[in-house]
Amino acid sequence: MENSTILEIKDLSVSYTSSNKEIKAVRGLDLAIRQGETLGLVGETGAGKTTTALSVLRILPEVSSSIKSGEIMFEGRDILTLSRKEMREIRGRDIAMIFQDPMTSLDPVMTVGRQIEEMISLHTDCDKKELRSRAEAMLEVVGIRKDRFDDYPHQFSGGMKQRVGIAIALSCNPKLLIADEPTTALDVTIQAQVLNLMNQLKEKYRTAMILITHDLGVVAEICSSVAIMYAGQIVEYGSIEQIYGNHMHPYTEGLFDSIPDIEEEKSELKVIDGLPPDPSALPAGCSFSPRCPYATDRCGESCPDDVQVEPGHIVKCILAGKK
Amino acid sequence: MVRYIIRRILFLIPTLLLVSFFVFAIINAAPGDPAQLALGEGATAEAVEAKRIELGLDKPFLVQYLTWLKDIVFHFDFGNSYRSNISVSYQITQYFPNTLKLAGLSVLLGVLIGVPIGIIAAVKQYSVFDNIVMSFAMLGMSVPAFVLALSMILLFSIHLQWLPSSGFSTFSQMIMPVVALGMQPCAICARMTRSSMLEVIRLDYIRTVRAKGQKEFKVIVNHALKNAVLPILTTIGLQFGALIGGAFVTETIFLIPGFGRLLVTAVTNRDYPLVMGGVLCVAMVVALTNLVIDIAYAFVDPRVKAAFKSSSSSFLAHMKMKKSLKNMEQSNAR
Repeated sequence: MENSTILEIKDLSVSYTSSNKEIKAVRGLDLAIRQGETLGLVGETGAGKTTTALSVLRILPEVSSSIKSGEIMFEGRDILTLSRKEMREIRGRDIAMIFQDPMTSLDPVMTVGRQIEEMISLHTDCDKKELRSRAEAMLEVVGIRKDRFDDYPHQFSGGMKQRVGIAIALSCNPKLLIADEPTTALDVTIQAQVLNLMNQLKEKYRTAMILITHDLGVVAEICSSVAIMYAGQIVEYGSIEQIYGNHMHPYTEGLFDSIPDIEEEKSELKVIDGLPPDPSALPAGCSFSPRCPYATDRCGESCPDDVQVEPGHIVKCILAGKK
Repeated sequence: MVRYIIRRILFLIPTLLLVSFFVFAIINAAPGDPAQLALGEGATAEAVEAKRIELGLDKPFLVQYLTWLKDIVFHFDFGNSYRSNISVSYQITQYFPNTLKLAGLSVLLGVLIGVPIGIIAAVKQYSVFDNIVMSFAMLGMSVPAFVLALSMILLFSIHLQWLPSSGFSTFSQMIMPVVALGMQPCAICARMTRSSMLEVIRLDYIRTVRAKGQKEFKVIVNHALKNAVLPILTTIGLQFGALIGGAFVTETIFLIPGFGRLLVTAVTNRDYPLVMGGVLCVAMVVALTNLVIDIAYAFVDPRVKAAFKSSSSSFLAHMKMKKSLKNMEQSNAR
């Protein structure tokens, strides 16, 4: 089963409803991830990255959101058709998630040790003693002394809280780990520590990982493939070499251009003009066309198809391969 | 923790001293001569003068206050009632348990019904259940207890003849007073629980628990409720305190020999020792209730406990927290 696909998302569309307007957060998204692979999901705020992740775990807010279409195949089963009970068993045991903001992601009135124990107790039949020793072991795996087991989240720094989050997520050896901007809320030195830790643990447990981020530097460090998201769609998808060496979508180009170059002496950062489109009123045709420097009249007419420019490298642009 | 509790108990002393002083001063400033009142209209001037000396009313105000206070502190002696000449402390021990029982059972009933209703209403926000139950809660808050009490007597005692309409010693006698008095705390608890739960239920850490694969029931009870419970506790404490002094009407309707009735009768009779003793007693119970709630905070929320541990700034931090909680409640109430 080495390198077999464990998660495949086909044509996923998710919408939110807000004051009777439909907000299309994810539109026809296709993604696949193989065992042990690390996929970087990159895009601006509001591009639909977190929505995609929450859909995989089926923990979108029930009242305001709905999955309009698509399949999420996990180990041959469509997650979207499972019963609540079957889904609960998958959450945590098979697919675990590390959340964006460590400050608010842990229950403030429960000791961190208990929060790790809770995860383990949900998916194994350990007795109390074993539960505690396994939870303590997880704390040590993420570099926290086990005598802090009975401390509460407010007694931890942000970086340590994120480590606790990682310990919770990894405590049942999930097959797939979804990390939603795990380092965004942390300062740079802690970022590096947390990333290294995640990388090591991923290697150790051979976990597949989806890393959601808007930081291309982080992606370069630990991902093997990259999907660039814009306005609810994947606009470019490929291996890390393909994306970093030969990106073809104008949006990807804009992202890379906006990384400041230390060698160059420039007073201003290069940015992509304009703002991401309002997801409740998307432009006709290619959603990036209003900001695209290469846009032609044809771009506003219909949504471009995926173009495979080389094996495994897909670009959603009519100009792909023609420039 | 023990040190904190002891310190909080010590804080009670100045509070109660202040209350006792104000009560004494206000009663003293009230018009009418207690000696004249005690003896009645027909008494001679000499008899009144003798009574004044007997009651110590000829002494300066502060001396009177300190004598009164000294008897309370050292002998639990609040003096004797002007009217009946029975000792006030005896009357308090006779009447107070009934009111404690009535208020306690009413609040208990309100919590047992109101909190679960509030939780379900929050989980199913905007559902039919939520709308119906919250309309009833609004109704429960606006209908005075005596209206419900009288309607119940009409229905259950007069028409159906199921329940006795007065007294407070057997279980069947307790049902109607407790329901009548418990309705408002129940409605307030339901609304407070709902709004407090709604704030917590959308937070990130609740999502984290769901992502672990936890059952929805446990997500709500073990995590959301535990985080939402502080304002609910405050509400319960306030409700209990309010009922201790405020059960008068219900007590009168059901002819319960309770503290509210004793106090109101004492006021109309200008039975000053009884009024002072009674008010001081109510103040003491309210202060103790607050203390219990404050200690309960610490057991529920480790952050409050941490604020207690750091000694110097703890009191300030605590006050700040209470203030922010209060603000939260006010915004919730709106």
